[in-house]
Amino acid sequence: MSETRETLPAQKAWMSVAQKVGIPLASVVLAIIVGSVIMWTSGYDPVAAFAALFKGSFGGPKQIGDTLLRSTPLILTGLALAYGFRANLFNIGAEGQLFMGGLAVAWLGVAVTGLPWIIMVPMLLLASMLAGAAWAFVPAILKARVGAHEVITTMMFSYIARYIVSWLVVGPLKAPGQIPQTVALPTGAQLPRIQTLFGESTLDALPFLNLGRTHLGIVVALVAALFVWFILKYTTLGYENRAVGFNPWASETGGISVQWTTVKALCISGAFAGLAGAVEVMGVHYRIFDQFSSGFGFTGIAVALLAKNHPLGVIPAAILFGGLTAGAGTMQLEAGVPQKIILIIQALVIFFVAAEEIFKWFIKRRQKEALSHAG
Amino acid sequence: MPVLELREITKIFPGVVANDRVSLELERGEIVALLGENGAGKSTLMNVVYGLMSSDGGQILVNGEMVKIKSPRQAIDLGIGMVHQHFMLVEPLTVTENIILGREPGRLGVIDFATARQKVQEISARYGLKVDPDAKIMDLSVGMQQRVEILKALYQGASVLILDEPTAVLTPQEVKELFRVVRSLVDEGLSVVFITHKLEEVMSVSDRIVVMRDGKVVGETKPSETDDVGLARMMVGRDVVLSVEKGPSTCGAQVLEVTDLEVRDDRGLEAVRGVSFTVCGGEVVALAGVSGNGQSELVEAIVGLRRPSSGSLQLKGLDITHASARASIEAGVSHIPEDRHRRGLVLEFDLAENLILGDHRLPPFASHGIMHPSAIAGVAERRIEDYDVRTPSWHVLASNLSGGNQQKVVVAREIGRNPELLVAAQPTRGLDVGSIEFVHKQILAERENGKAVLLVSLELEEVLSLADRILVIFEGRIVQEFTVDEVDEETLGYYMTGGGGSKLDGEAEHVEMTEGDS
Ligand SMILES: Nc1ncnc2c1ncn2[C@@H]1O[C@H](COP(=O)(O)OP(=O)(O)OP(=O)(O)O)[C@@H](O)[C@H]1O
Ligand SMILES: [Mg+2]
Repeated sequence: MSETRETLPAQKAWMSVAQKVGIPLASVVLAIIVGSVIMWTSGYDPVAAFAALFKGSFGGPKQIGDTLLRSTPLILTGLALAYGFRANLFNIGAEGQLFMGGLAVAWLGVAVTGLPWIIMVPMLLLASMLAGAAWAFVPAILKARVGAHEVITTMMFSYIARYIVSWLVVGPLKAPGQIPQTVALPTGAQLPRIQTLFGESTLDALPFLNLGRTHLGIVVALVAALFVWFILKYTTLGYENRAVGFNPWASETGGISVQWTTVKALCISGAFAGLAGAVEVMGVHYRIFDQFSSGFGFTGIAVALLAKNHPLGVIPAAILFGGLTAGAGTMQLEAGVPQKIILIIQALVIFFVAAEEIFKWFIKRRQKEALSHAG
Repeated sequence: MPVLELREITKIFPGVVANDRVSLELERGEIVALLGENGAGKSTLMNVVYGLMSSDGGQILVNGEMVKIKSPRQAIDLGIGMVHQHFMLVEPLTVTENIILGREPGRLGVIDFATARQKVQEISARYGLKVDPDAKIMDLSVGMQQRVEILKALYQGASVLILDEPTAVLTPQEVKELFRVVRSLVDEGLSVVFITHKLEEVMSVSDRIVVMRDGKVVGETKPSETDDVGLARMMVGRDVVLSVEKGPSTCGAQVLEVTDLEVRDDRGLEAVRGVSFTVCGGEVVALAGVSGNGQSELVEAIVGLRRPSSGSLQLKGLDITHASARASIEAGVSHIPEDRHRRGLVLEFDLAENLILGDHRLPPFASHGIMHPSAIAGVAERRIEDYDVRTPSWHVLASNLSGGNQQKVVVAREIGRNPELLVAAQPTRGLDVGSIEFVHKQILAERENGKAVLLVSLELEEVLSLADRILVIFEGRIVQEFTVDEVDEETLGYYMTGGGGSKLDGEAEHVEMTEGDS
């Protein structure tokens, strides 16, 4: 073994980032290309469509605000899934934990009174995490104790959670009136919109702060992403989580309890899903009802996949998915392309990420061909 | 004309030139031993030939014709077969099914099992590779599985056979048997490339010896022109002490006390049947036995990976009978597991992360649950340096190290922890002579420092050179105990195979059968 071609550490780090980002980026580009072909063959103008889509999602502060609004819960569910995947756990029932987190907040936010905002809001956020973790706890124990597969159990618990909420909003927790929903949270329990935090003059001077409906939940989500990144990289908890995900036998030899690590991983995953429910309730709807989540728990799977389970990668991945839904309306309005096309593009992104192996194979073949030409 | 010729093969990994213009010729009916330090580039070279890796330059000629080998499939079509150190068989399938996998005879997708079975039997008779064609892989011993791999290559029509460290996991009997097979193969006109670290094997089986160092071929010789010492010098570039010197044992306080221990295996069968012994500080106790006689279960019980069904374990007076692996580590037990890929390493972790596994919660690596990267990097660098792990840096993933260097990482971690008791199972498996010398010195240094060592090894030579006392284990019982100077390899072998009067059952008969063949 002789050392050659010494690469500088900085260059190395850059190369490894490029490698990590390359395939997700390629998946997105391919999805756009294939999506264009589909639009074109169906008689739509893909250029106009994507232009409108972009305008509707990133065209101005309001549009960006709309994108961020939709990205907020996706960052959190993406983190939930990514953390689970890192322990080789597929928390497919994040939606249920999200419902429980939302429920905890919608109930406590009304039931508890007299606390100042600065105490109330952190308390509610924490409560949602505990609720999400609690909802993941039974599947986690079943997995650790008897090996029941978490895909089945978390899914079943997800149905139970949704039915509980359905029942509560028509029964015990129903607000007065016709609509099946809970009583609205008081302002002291809400996550305010970003733009309301600044005065008129500031907004005039810094128009990019006019972020429409984007609320403080985005800050919560970004902090959560940093937090998960820190856990995975710099704590023994994260180290053990990754070790068990890669090789449970070697972890066991190293004195790591695989069962206990599994329980912790699924509960932490549930906690972030629960937090996603909280930001939706506290920042968007101020109450819970049947349809308060548009499948954020499930889209979180795609977000985590696209992010390759990297907690910071979850941020751009969630923004991409958020942007696609945010711009869909404008696309239909200005280019006449049906909104449903967006679902196809989302599916294509997931497909191409999952098809990474195919990419790898291609790259390898190209390299080999290049070599055989050279040599 | 050589059957296989490599011209200036070059293979570059990030930061490492694994093969630097390597040329090699293999004649018909020849056995070439490929020798070299850990990380010299032997496996890489053979993986290139077998189409598992692409080269960055050079040419391959088969029977004088230039070929491009881009996949194992192409290699097989060209008559090249390879048996890896880690077998690639499908466990629940039978021997025949495994052999014909990918090349099933028959038409229209209907497999003609009768023909297949007959052909397998033909080949096995022709080369003296006795094996039951209907046995399931998972019921076979490691030696038998290897035989199936060889049969598979022959069935696929191999005229060149590559064996990457075939003897590392075999018992001495199985090794003899393998050599007999290899000779019968070359008598039939096949050619064999044989990678090994065991010099006496090289001397006894090869026609020609090619030595690699740092990715280059540094020499070529014949068994008749050299000896162990000369080979070792060629490999390592310095004189190697092939047998370590050790002073008399100074047995201090009792460290490990095993009393009437009974342990069950994964199938719930009793694997350890009432074992009692002690290991004191400053002493190396070796457990000698044919594999599958309860050693693995006994070791797992001692290190907290398996609950004993009865009996007790004491470490310096502390009861560790039901201790978890974590409690056991914290009580001062280190464990070099016999299977480094499964139990020893997280292959997807980098070297630093692997080097702290088990100590990752404790200062200086972590405090209050927060890890300290600079302390981790510092220790990783030191251990890589001390144990001569050949790698560009600790950022490298464990999966990218050569087999022997992976083993060094495990050894570095477990001895580096400075334990009270070191339980070492096959500690030098896959290591080159220089590294074996080093690890043996480390183990003896533990002994000098008053630490207790329990050694489990299939290598009787290793047992005899390191141990102070030897316990022979057979069918889950300790059937004999010797001090090292009152015993030799033959006596040990006799007791290991049940010669001590213990009743023979199926397993033991199997051993006898292989003995009868050689
Ligand atoms: N996939 C890989 N990625 C990066 N480096 C690699 C990879 N495989 C091997 N190497 C490096 O190439 C060199 C040669 O490795 P190789 O496995 O061929 O050694 P070897 O001679 O078989 O050693 P051993 O006796 O320990 O098995 C080593 O330095 C190793 O770290
Ligand atoms: Mg090797």
